[in-house]
Amino acid sequence: MPARLSEVIGVAYAAGVDVGSTQTKAVIIDEKGAIIGRSLVDTGANVIKAAESSFVAALSQGNVDEEEVEYIVGTGYGRYRVTFGNSQVTEISCHGRGAVHLFPNTRTVVDMGGQDTKAISVNPQGEITDFCMNDKCAAGTGRFLQAAAAALEIPLDDLGPLSLKSDRPIKISTTCTVFAESEVLAWIGKDKKIEDILWGVHKSIASRSVALMRRVGINDEITFTGGVSLNDGMVKALEERLEKPLNISDDCHYMGALGAALFALDYVMTGRAPVASIAEATS
Amino acid sequence: MTTLQAELVGRGNREGAALFREWFAELDNTASSGGLSAYVFVMGSINEILKTFDLPVVFPEINSLQTAVRRVAHEYLEEAEDYGYSPDICGYVKADVGTQLRGGEHPMGQIPKPGISVLTNACNTYIKWAEIWERMYGTPTFTIDIPGTRQAGAQTWKGDGDFEADRRYVEVQLGELITLCEEVTGKKFDIDKFREVLTHANTMSRSWNRILELNRARPSLFNALTDGTIFLGVGNGLRGTEAGARYFERLVEEMEYKAANGIGQTMEEQYRLLFVGVPCYPIFRRFNELFTDWGGTFVNSTYLWFASGGTNSGFQYDLADPLASLAEGVLVSVRDAMDAMFHQNDVLIPMVEDFGADGVIYHPIKSCRTVSTGLADGRRHLTEKLGIPSLFIESDMMDRRVVSEAQMKNRIDAFFEGLATRRQQADAGATE
Repeated sequence: MPARLSEVIGVAYAAGVDVGSTQTKAVIIDEKGAIIGRSLVDTGANVIKAAESSFVAALSQGNVDEEEVEYIVGTGYGRYRVTFGNSQVTEISCHGRGAVHLFPNTRTVVDMGGQDTKAISVNPQGEITDFCMNDKCAAGTGRFLQAAAAALEIPLDDLGPLSLKSDRPIKISTTCTVFAESEVLAWIGKDKKIEDILWGVHKSIASRSVALMRRVGINDEITFTGGVSLNDGMVKALEERLEKPLNISDDCHYMGALGAALFALDYVMTGRAPVASIAEATS
Repeated sequence: MTTLQAELVGRGNREGAALFREWFAELDNTASSGGLSAYVFVMGSINEILKTFDLPVVFPEINSLQTAVRRVAHEYLEEAEDYGYSPDICGYVKADVGTQLRGGEHPMGQIPKPGISVLTNACNTYIKWAEIWERMYGTPTFTIDIPGTRQAGAQTWKGDGDFEADRRYVEVQLGELITLCEEVTGKKFDIDKFREVLTHANTMSRSWNRILELNRARPSLFNALTDGTIFLGVGNGLRGTEAGARYFERLVEEMEYKAANGIGQTMEEQYRLLFVGVPCYPIFRRFNELFTDWGGTFVNSTYLWFASGGTNSGFQYDLADPLASLAEGVLVSVRDAMDAMFHQNDVLIPMVEDFGADGVIYHPIKSCRTVSTGLADGRRHLTEKLGIPSLFIESDMMDRRVVSEAQMKNRIDAFFEGLATRRQQADAGATE
C-alpha cells in the first residue's frame, strides 16, 4: 500500500463536491471532519466548470492547496461530471452521512433541493436504512418556491421571511410546479395578500414532504438539509406539521458535499475507497 | 472449455430465440394466408384446448412488449393515442391497438387478425381489451371466470368442497369453449390429440418448476429478469407443443449441468436479488445493467410466476380425466398467477430464504395499476417481517416517456451503497 499523503507532506484533507440541479457546493474537511472551506456556485449549463469552480473556491476559502487534498468524492445528479473526483457516491448516502456527523442523534433526514425532496432514514453510523423521494414530478420541491418567487417577482431569499408575516393563511391545494404561476396569480386575483399566499405555499409543500417522511418512518431526531433548509418559513411549516423541532444549521445547505467529504475522509484515514458503481447513466 | 460445456451453456437462450422467431414466422404465414388465429393472454391462455384445434396463438401482451424491447413502442403508443386512447391506460393495450390500426404490422412480422379471443378474469383489463377486437372485427370472445383466492392463507385444494365447486364451475366453462372452438374452426374436438397436448404441457410445467428450483444454486444459473423472459416467451407461445416440451427438457439439462459444474452467469455474483413486478422493457438490457454493474443478479421474480400463468407450480394433468384435470390446472394456475399480485408475500417470504436473497426490488409501473397498487403495502409488510433491504423504483413496462434512467440509477446506486456498506461492516466485524 502506498504511503498516505499525510505521512509524506504532514497534512491531508478530504473534499466533497455536490453538483445539484440548481447549485453546486464544495466542502473541504480536515482529518477530524471539521469544515475548513466551503463554497457554493450556480450549476448553470456547464456542469464540469461549476464543479471545478466550487472546488477551487472552497480551497481558497480554506486556504488549502489542491495538492493537500488526498481524496475527492463527487455527489449529486452531476457527480460523474466531477471529472477531478476520485469516486462518486449518491447524494442520498451523503446527506445521511453528513446529517449524522453534524447532529449525531439524527435518525430521519429531509432534504429539500431544487428538483427533488428526499426523506431518508439513517442508523447511528449514518448509513441509509431506507429512503423515499418524489418520482417524476417536482411538485413539493424547491422548484415550486422558485416558480412562486418568479410569479410574484420576489427574490427567492425573501419568500420565507415574508411568509412568516401571514395572519390569514390560505389553503393551496396544488403544488404542481407547472401550474405554480397560475395558482399564485389566481389567489392574487382574489385580492389575497402575498404573505398569506406564500404561507399557504409553504404549508402545502411541508405537507407533501411529511407524507414522504412517514413512508420511511419519522424518528428522533430529524435534520433538515438542502438549499430550502435556509428558508425560515419552510422550517416553521415543517416543524408545525411534525409537531417537533428540526435540527438546522447554516451548513445544512452543504450537507451533501459534507457527506461526500466524509466518505473521502474514510479513504484518507483508512485507505478504504467508498463503494461505488462502475458506470454512469447513459441518458 | 469442453465441447459439452460449449454446447450446453447458453443453449437455452439460443434455442429460445430461434423458437421465438419460428413462432412469429408461423403467425406471419397465418396472416398472409388469411388463416385463423386465437388471441390469448399470459394469465390463463388455455393453450391446451386451442392447440388441440391447431389454432396458432397470438399473445398481444408479448407483441406489445416486443415493440418496447425493439425501441419502437412509442410509434404504436402514439398511434393509439392519436386514435383517442388516453396516455394513462395500459401500454400493452395501446401498442396492440396501434398494431391493429397498422393492419398487423409488427417488428417481428405480420400479426394475423383474431379469429377467436379467449381470456380469463385474471386481469380486469383483459375483458375491456377483448371488447376492442369485438368492436373492430366482430371477433367471438370467450371469457372464463376463474374464482380467485378469497383471503390470504386460506387457499382451498383438491378434495375441499369449495375447491370442487370451483373446479366444476371452470370445467363447465371449458366445455363451452370447446363448443365455440368447434364452431369457429369447423373441426370436431379430438380427445386423443387433447391428451397429447396435455402430455407436452405436463413436461413443460414439470421442467419449468425444476428450472426455477435449480436457480437456488450459488452462483445462480440464469438471470430471472433477462434470461427468464426468454424462457417465459417460449413457455407461453409453445405451451402444449412437442417443440416447447423438448425445449424445456433441454433447458433442464443445461441448468443441471451448470449447477453440477458451478457455472453461473457471465458476471460475478455479489448480491442475489428478487424482482417484484413487470420488467422495464423500454430500456430492458440497460435496466438490468444498472444492477449487474454492482454485481447484483436477479435469482427469481414474481414475473416468472404470474406471467407464466402460474405454470411455475409444475401442475400435472391427469390424462385419465383430461377435461376435469385441465379445469383443476387452470383453476390452480390462474389463481396462483393472481396471488402473485394480491398475496405475493405468501411466496416472497419463503423465497427470500430459499434463494438466499440479499435484497428485493419492487418495480411498480405507471401502465398497470393492477400489478402495482399493492406493492408499497407488500414491501412494508415484507420489511416488517424480514428486515430485508428493498428498493422501490417506478417506471413503466412500455412508455419511454415515463422512464427516467438518471433518476432510476440514483436510487439503485443508493440502494447498493447501503448494501455494500452493510456488507463491509459485517465482514469487518467477522474478522475482528
